[in-house]
Amino acid sequence: MTAAQATASTVTEPRAIVEVEGVSKVYPGGTEALNHISLDFPEGQLTTLLGPSGCGKTTLLKIIAGLIPATAGQVQVDGKVVTGPGPERAFVFQDFALMPWASVLRNVAFGLELRGVARSEREAVAEKYIEQVGLKGFEKAYPHELSGGMRQRVGLARALTVNAKVLLMDEPFSAVDEQTRRKFQEDLLELVARERKTFIFVTHSIEEAVYVSDRIVLLSRRPSRVSQIVEPNIPRHDDPEDIRRDPVYLDTVEEIWQGLKKYLDEGV
Amino acid sequence: MMLGKIRVPMFFSLFLWAALWEIVGQSGASFIIPPLSVIFTRIAEIVPTASFAEALWITGKAFLLGNLIAIVAGVPLGVIMGRSVIADRIFLPWVNLFLSAPLTALVPVIMVIFGLGETTIVMTVVLFAVWIIVLDARAGVRNISPSLVEMARVFGANPWQAFGKIYIYAALPEILSGIRLGMIRAVKGVVIGQLLVSIIGFGRLFELYSSRFLMEHFWALLFVLFAFAFTLNEVLAWLERKVDYYAAARH
Repeated sequence: MTAAQATASTVTEPRAIVEVEGVSKVYPGGTEALNHISLDFPEGQLTTLLGPSGCGKTTLLKIIAGLIPATAGQVQVDGKVVTGPGPERAFVFQDFALMPWASVLRNVAFGLELRGVARSEREAVAEKYIEQVGLKGFEKAYPHELSGGMRQRVGLARALTVNAKVLLMDEPFSAVDEQTRRKFQEDLLELVARERKTFIFVTHSIEEAVYVSDRIVLLSRRPSRVSQIVEPNIPRHDDPEDIRRDPVYLDTVEEIWQGLKKYLDEGV
Repeated sequence: MMLGKIRVPMFFSLFLWAALWEIVGQSGASFIIPPLSVIFTRIAEIVPTASFAEALWITGKAFLLGNLIAIVAGVPLGVIMGRSVIADRIFLPWVNLFLSAPLTALVPVIMVIFGLGETTIVMTVVLFAVWIIVLDARAGVRNISPSLVEMARVFGANPWQAFGKIYIYAALPEILSGIRLGMIRAVKGVVIGQLLVSIIGFGRLFELYSSRFLMEHFWALLFVLFAFAFTLNEVLAWLERKVDYYAAARH
């Protein structure tokens, strides 16, 4: 690629920081979860993987995370082929995956603890992110003393603390009650705008996907393929409540629902 | 329990049995059953003696050392078995075999290998305690939520860090109950070992008392050992309850 081309491409479109090339996954026992998926994830955007339940979206996310190996194909993050987990990726778990024996502060600082960062230094970083996710004052609390929503904020703060370029989120709000989830979604938009990181988000909720995403990748039923890519062009600078009333938001939800409905019909 | 309108505490039945024992003892029905009051006087008499102190010291040392070895060897082995299918296949049949085997029959073998000394007692304690510790640690590790294991990997934990910072703590409730059950078995181990070797510790005292038909002394010693095992169990169960909250939070 020449310098001129490189400049041209950055102007028109952000570069792809995560590239999925021909990834297939067959589980032992013959279950085919993913069938030759190729996808690019542009830097600094929030891309959602959306599809019917059991379609392999979490499998794809975990392959990107390096937690499970792909049967065929490869994933590149920041130009490097993924062979396992790496410091440029962080993960937010559906069931939070907090250490119940450790305080909020230690949980949030855990990624840095594993990297051997000195205690005072890593706790200072952790405190900053605990405040950012709105948990100031809970540093000394233990996970069982927190609500589900607060626990996931701890999970989020932990992922932010390691300063990874790519944040992988596996249905992070599905174990959180509805009111908390809405607040979470609003906070996530703010976070995406502020942190300038790349987010890959898995959900089965169409509304949630349209609300938070720059790009939505629709996956088909197992074995999954990319069936459609939707880029909801919703103005995000307004009041977060306005988004849910925006005609573009409502139309996009409807469009995706029509796209996904055919898989339901096939399944019934 | 309610008797008429009066609430009777559970331990009240103990007094009933103690009274019955006293009556049978006082009646002189059998020299094997001396009166309970006399047994307690003997306890007060025996406990301060030098030979008791020496027996307690030797027994306590063997007990603690044996448990220490069983824990240090058993917990890591259990954790490895819980994490690795290969290790599990290799060791599990043996662990299960020894868990249910009549280990007393093996003590003479240990005696042949280690001689008639304290080492034999320590090894007997290890033999009795280690298997349940291995099995419980293994069960604990297998119960760790998969996402906690994935979390450790995603944030870059090497195997040592995963072991020392996640697996041990996540499996701690099961590991502790394994250690508690192991210690109960270790009490059996230390007593059986000493009885069979019968020249050191409480085994020597038991041998001494029973060969001279000193039943009061014999019972007194037995009571002390029972009380010790019971207290130990209660203390460990209390410790276990203290970490229970996160066993529940884990799932």
